[in-house]
Amino acid sequence: MAMNARLTWSTGARAGDVVKVRLLVQHPMETGYLQDLSGHTIKRNVIQWIRVQYDQREVFKVDTSSGIAANPFFEFYLRASVTGLVQVSWIDDAGVVGEYSRLLALQA
Amino acid sequence: MQQQVIELSVLSRRALLLGGAALGAFASTPSHAVVMSSGSLRTLVEMMEGVEGFNGHFEQFKKARVDLQMTLLADNGNSVPLSVEVNSAMSEEEHITDIYLLSQRNPVLVMARFHLGVASGKAMVNTRVRLAGSQKILAVARTNQGEWFFDEAQVVVTESACVDAS
Repeated sequence: MAMNARLTWSTGARAGDVVKVRLLVQHPMETGYLQDLSGHTIKRNVIQWIRVQYDQREVFKVDTSSGIAANPFFEFYLRASVTGLVQVSWIDDAGVVGEYSRLLALQA
Repeated sequence: MQQQVIELSVLSRRALLLGGAALGAFASTPSHAVVMSSGSLRTLVEMMEGVEGFNGHFEQFKKARVDLQMTLLADNGNSVPLSVEVNSAMSEEEHITDIYLLSQRNPVLVMARFHLGVASGKAMVNTRVRLAGSQKILAVARTNQGEWFFDEAQVVVTESACVDAS
């Protein structure tokens, strides 16, 4: 199943600025406690961690659990230094790996 | 001879009754029961047991520097927004390394653990959590010097996240 993510920030950041990043990952985050309409327990499937790298270095990581709402949303900050790729990767209980990346372009 | 026959029939009747009782107990267990421990509220000590490296250092555990903001009343526990801000320069000398979000009632104690560092620039995170009923939420921050700070918030949840969809 193809997983999507969305990564947003306001444009116009300069080197040295602290940029607010919004990350939304499309994932059901099944807790393993709920049942479907026929009464069968839905198998637990949550994202185990989400890692964010900026210019090849890890700037943010979150260890997630079933306590995080479906379609996990995170807002965090990173210190802009160079124009570089922001790469997001994650893995879920089913072993499905997700990846998404977007270029953070700084203003001169 | 007569005596022995009576004893046998008593025994078999007892065995039958016991067997029937066992069968009844088995049948009364619903096949779709889900084991869940969200009924009880954890104490602060129990909550902090889930935090790696804390090891009960309550003498270094202060309610300061962390600001946990969340709604007082959540209509639906499936998605409750919250924000955690920690007062820190996020410099090489002094920065926040981890932020934990702990739940008092959820079946899973540690809802999330954030790994931050100097590259973060600002120790603030915002997310949406699932809550299994009204409870206290703890936001715990660890500095690079091994200090621990926290803030707590009480939230009333009208509809728990752990209810059946069917």
